[in-house]
Parts: sequence; C-alpha cells; structure tokens
Amino acid sequence: MLKVVDLHAGIENRPILKGFSLEVKPGEVHAIMGPNGSGKSTLSKVVAGDPHYEVTKGDVFFEGKSLLGLEPEERALLGIFLAFQYPVEIPGVNNASFLRMAYNARRRHAGQKESDPLEFDEFLREKLKTVQMNPGFINRSVNHGFSGGEKKRNEILQMAVLDPKLAILDETDSGLDIDALRIVAEGVNRLRRPDNAMVVITHYQRLLDYIVPDKVHILADGRIVRSGDKSLALELEKKGYDFVGVK
Amino acid sequence: MTMKSIEEFTSREYKYGFQTPIESDVFAKGLSEDTVRAISKLKNEPPFMLEFRLKAYRHWLTMKEPHWANVEYPALDYQDVIYYAAPKKKPEQLKSMEEVDPELKKTFEKLGIPLMEQKRLAGVAVDAIFDSVSVATSYKAKLLEIGVVFCSFSEAVEKYPDLVKKYVGTVVPYTDNFYAALNSAVFSDGSFVFIPKGVKCPMELSSYFRINTEGSGQFERTLIIAEEGSYVSYLEGCTAPKFDTNQLHAAVVELVALDDAEIKYSTVQNWFAGDPKTGRGGIYNFVTKRGACRGRKSKISWTQVETGSAITWKYPSCVLIGDDSVGEFYSVALTNHFQQADTGTKMIHIGKRTKSTIISKGISAGVSNNNYRGEVQMKESAEGARNFTQCDSLLIGAKCAANTFPVIDVRNPTATVEHEASTSKISDDQLFYFRQRGIGTEDAMSAIINGFCKDVFRELPGEFAVEATQLLGLKLEGSVG
Repeated sequence: MLKVVDLHAGIENRPILKGFSLEVKPGEVHAIMGPNGSGKSTLSKVVAGDPHYEVTKGDVFFEGKSLLGLEPEERALLGIFLAFQYPVEIPGVNNASFLRMAYNARRRHAGQKESDPLEFDEFLREKLKTVQMNPGFINRSVNHGFSGGEKKRNEILQMAVLDPKLAILDETDSGLDIDALRIVAEGVNRLRRPDNAMVVITHYQRLLDYIVPDKVHILADGRIVRSGDKSLALELEKKGYDFVGVK
Repeated sequence: MTMKSIEEFTSREYKYGFQTPIESDVFAKGLSEDTVRAISKLKNEPPFMLEFRLKAYRHWLTMKEPHWANVEYPALDYQDVIYYAAPKKKPEQLKSMEEVDPELKKTFEKLGIPLMEQKRLAGVAVDAIFDSVSVATSYKAKLLEIGVVFCSFSEAVEKYPDLVKKYVGTVVPYTDNFYAALNSAVFSDGSFVFIPKGVKCPMELSSYFRINTEGSGQFERTLIIAEEGSYVSYLEGCTAPKFDTNQLHAAVVELVALDDAEIKYSTVQNWFAGDPKTGRGGIYNFVTKRGACRGRKSKISWTQVETGSAITWKYPSCVLIGDDSVGEFYSVALTNHFQQADTGTKMIHIGKRTKSTIISKGISAGVSNNNYRGEVQMKESAEGARNFTQCDSLLIGAKCAANTFPVIDVRNPTATVEHEASTSKISDDQLFYFRQRGIGTEDAMSAIINGFCKDVFRELPGEFAVEATQLLGLKLEGSVG
C-alpha cells in the first residue's frame, strides 16, 4: 500500500530524512519510534505533502503510484489521512461543517452524491460514539479552545468520518492521560480492517499496549536503524535508545 | 502553501470594469459658484435648495482637505473633476420603465440589476443611479399606495420640497466636514425615502450607484426619514468602470428615525479598486453617513461590506438622542493589492439607556492597509447607556497592514463601555490542515473568511448575504466565498 524508497527530505535546506525506506501492506499496523529530531514528524508531513518540506531524493509510492507530484488535497482524496501532532485551531469554522466539507470532497472524488446537512448530522452522531464525544463538540469551531485531549479525539473523529486507506498517527498519544489514551486507542482499533493500514508514530511503548503493531521500526538520524515485531518496543522501553546505538 | 501562492490566490480581475457607450451631457471640468448655480438650475430647484448649495459652497472654500486618516494619496485637484454627467435622454421624460435607454438597461442587467419590475428579485424595489442622475426607480407607484415615498432626490426636491427642506442637512450639516460641504454644494442626485407613521415598508428598498463617465465625480445625497413606529430596510450597491485616473465619490447619507422607528441600512460597495499590479486608478470613496435616532426607542442599524475603492474613508455613525434608542454598526472591510481603507463608526450617546453595538471585521491582503477608526461618546446625559465594541482583523500574507484606532470618551459614570479586539492570520498551517482533509485552498480560504465574517453577514438581508459572500470570493480570487 505504502512504499517509501530511499527518501531524502528536509526543511529550509536542512536535511532530516537521509535514506528512509519502508513498506506497509494492507491490514498492517507499523509503529515508528525514535528520539526527538530523528525525523518521525518529517516523514508524516512528506507523505501528506506539506509544501514546507522538500524531497531531494527517493520516492514515495501509494498503491503503486508516486505521490511526489501530487498536491496535498489530491493525496488526501486517494485515502491518505494524517492525524496531526499539533492540530491547528481554525476559529469561526464550525466543526460539523468542516467535517462535512471534507466528507463531501471525498464523496465528490468518488463520484458519489454529496451528503446534505441532515443526512450528515445523523452519520456524524454515529461516528461521535467511536470517540465517546459529546454532540455539543461538533458545533464548536474546529479545535478552537479545545484541550489537548479534545484536539486528539477530534483527529480520530475526522479519521472515522473519512475512513482512510492509510492513516498516519503522529504522536497521537502525546499529552493524553490514560483514560483519553484508551478512548483514542479504542477508536483507532475500531477502524482497523484487512484492507487499510496504519503508521503509528510514538515516543512511548504504552500506546502500543492498546494499538498492537505488526511491525516496529526505530528511526535515528533520518533512517531506520532497526526493525522487529512488538517485542522490539518492549525492549526499547526497558533499555532505552542506547541499546540500538542511538544517543 | 507558500506566500507566493497566497499572493497568486488573492489577485483577480475586476469584472464590472466596462464602460457603457452612451451619449452624455457632461459639464466642463471645474468648480465655481456658476457650476453650483448651473446644477441647481438644470434641476429646476426651488430657491431654498440653491441657497443651501451656495452656503455650502462658500463654506467649503474656507475649509482644508482633511488628512488625519491613515491613508496616503496626492492632493486632489478639485478643478480637474467633472461635477455633472448624465445620459442624454432625460429621466424625467420617461413615462415607464420600458422607455429607459436600452444601453442603460443592458448596463444594469450586466451588473445583475435588472430594472424591469417583472424580472427584479421578488420584493425588492430599485433606484438606479448612473453618474449624476437617477435613471429609473422600480415599484414606485406600488409603494406610494401605502404612503411610502421612494424616488430620486431630484424628484423629492420637486414633489416633496417641504419634507426635504425640513430634514436635509439636519443630520449632516454642510459645515460638518470638507467632503460633506463639497457634496452639499454640488450633489446631483441620490435616493429619497419617506416612511409615514406606523408603516412597515413591505419590500427591501435598494439603490444601485454606477459611475460611468471618465473624470467625473459622483456626489449623491440620500435622505431616509422613518416616522413614528415605521420600519424600512434599505440596501445600496456600487460599481464603476476601470480608468487609469482616480475618481472622487463624495456622498452624504442622512437617516432620521422618530419614536419607535427602525432603519436598517446595508451597503455592498464594490467600486473599482485600481490596477492590482500598479495601484493606478480606482475610486476615492470619501463618504459621510450618519443617522439620528431622534425618537424614543428608535433604532438605526448600519451594515456594510466594503470591498472596492482605492481609498475608503467613511464612518457611518449614529447619534442616539432619544431615550432607549439603539445604534448598530456591522462592518466587513476588505482591502487587497494597493487598497487603503480607514473606516469605522461613531456612536454618540445622548439619551438615557441608549445602547450601541459595533462589530467590525477587517480583512487585509496584498500590500493593502486596513484601518478601523471608531469613537464612542457617552455624554453627561447618557444615564445607563451601554456600548459593546468588537473589532477583529484578519491578515492574509505578510505584506499587508491592519490598525485599530478606538476612541472612548465617557462623561457619565453610569455608562458602560466594552471593547474587544483581536488580530489573526490565515496561516499556511491552517490551509495545509484543510488540504490534508481533501479540501482545496480556495474552499479553505472561503470557509475561514466566511467564518470570520459571519456575525456581519447574518445582518444582511437574505439574498444579499449570499451576494456579499460571493463578492468577497471574487475579491480574493477563485471560489473564495
């Protein structure tokens, strides 16, 4: 589904990813761990097409097609979803209408009829349950004045609405208390299917107690230094990054 | 998205920039007492009107062009302006709408303002003003049946001289300011509305202003009188062709609300803003608008969507004289490219328990300069008066400017004044967030801007809210809006 080949990328002439490769198949969950500054968030931004980042070498394929020439919205419409580490606040734009805009953009792309506000409201109420959110939540401005935990839950709500083929969760667990973490993880698990895939970026193995990965990769200085199954995360938790030769 | 693409995004062609090829009666450029007399004579005005004009003209000669606003432009040459231009066929000869010059009809249709009543938006009466004269007013007869007078200012001077004499210059005296004095001397036409006691005007009244002749100024004068217990909603729209030279538009609008009367005045202003690349040309929109809430529990509400003009200088204000009277000001002012705007309001509280609300939304893009200037005065007599002001600025790109100049003057200890302000920016991160969800940049900008303006848009009469939304879209390229 996702294939990253020898990717070199950076921001403002500063190289961050230096030969990153990864292959994710349908139905798989991959966890990417690594110290601060190793390039985890850069990877998510480059796959999603953030124009601030520049790819200098290598390629990113989604379902066999290179993504690099595509605009961010085109990638999104192919079914790529990024749960942001720091979801941005958009004052004045109602959460429900934002979700409906995104949902209808996808439906238009798929040649389906757009959903009217009433239909969508019903659909949305169903989805709200996946993240155990209060319906009042959808009538507020997108992320505006939300707590850290609410912002992360809102990301998962959007993921549930958009039903992506590939979801990249960028430190979705950071800043969450244990209850919120459980709710978010349950929401994510409910969206797991044999025909979709997830890349979970995290600092801590505790998220992986809830979202159990098929593969774990350790990222250091812009490339994967070690891959394994979920036991690698446990080992990392015990021994720290030193054991893989990372400071 | 990079800054460059935001810039590309915010540039778009002005689509009302055409000129109508029509034969016009045009005065030679220049201003003197003779010009003033000639305008008055042409209009067959009674002596009181000529006297008013001459007093204003003489006073104007003693005044200096004001430069306290935060806008920059070279000094204007008032002898280089055409003070009167009108299509050859005289409107007063018209017996029905069918006789309106086909070129004029075509022009207004192209602007989306069909003059034929059967084609007109249901429930809206239109007064169409082309250069210096009113060319057509629809639904006039129908409105008159219930006592509502809706006609051109010239016609009002002729048919209702007593009403005009009683009210003209009482809200904005000719001594008020430089441009008001100039307007009082040379005003050529405008709309006149009179709503008699107890009548709720059943349709939206609307004026559409069009400047066509190159080098001509437009000096229209609008007077709206709402008697006891009456209600009227009035909307004006404005466009002009593209010329390289700047054109002066110096209007005066006076509103009078008596006991329990309500006037709602909305403006969608889209004058030519000048060349987007060089800043050449465009309208200087120097306008004095003021409403007097003379009666108890009267209410005047200004809603404006200002998107055009090279320079905008206007402060629709309310003088709250009657006890428990209410003044409101809702404004969206958008500046792009080289546009400059210095706009806001004055709320003058005199009566007891008077209340005012100011909601101002400024949007700046390109290298434009957008200023909010507001004044709230609580006089000694304003027992228990209240004001709430909210003043928000939205910046698009990195080269524009937004400033706020609020003045608050409180002379009664029981009065309450609240002021809130915010400045925000459409960031690349916000746009990327939308795009990652599959929503294109244009729709994203549109959603953000509409969200920012919604408190003002919801004050506009139904279909005009849609029009305003679309207009902002046109102004910020593509489907924004």
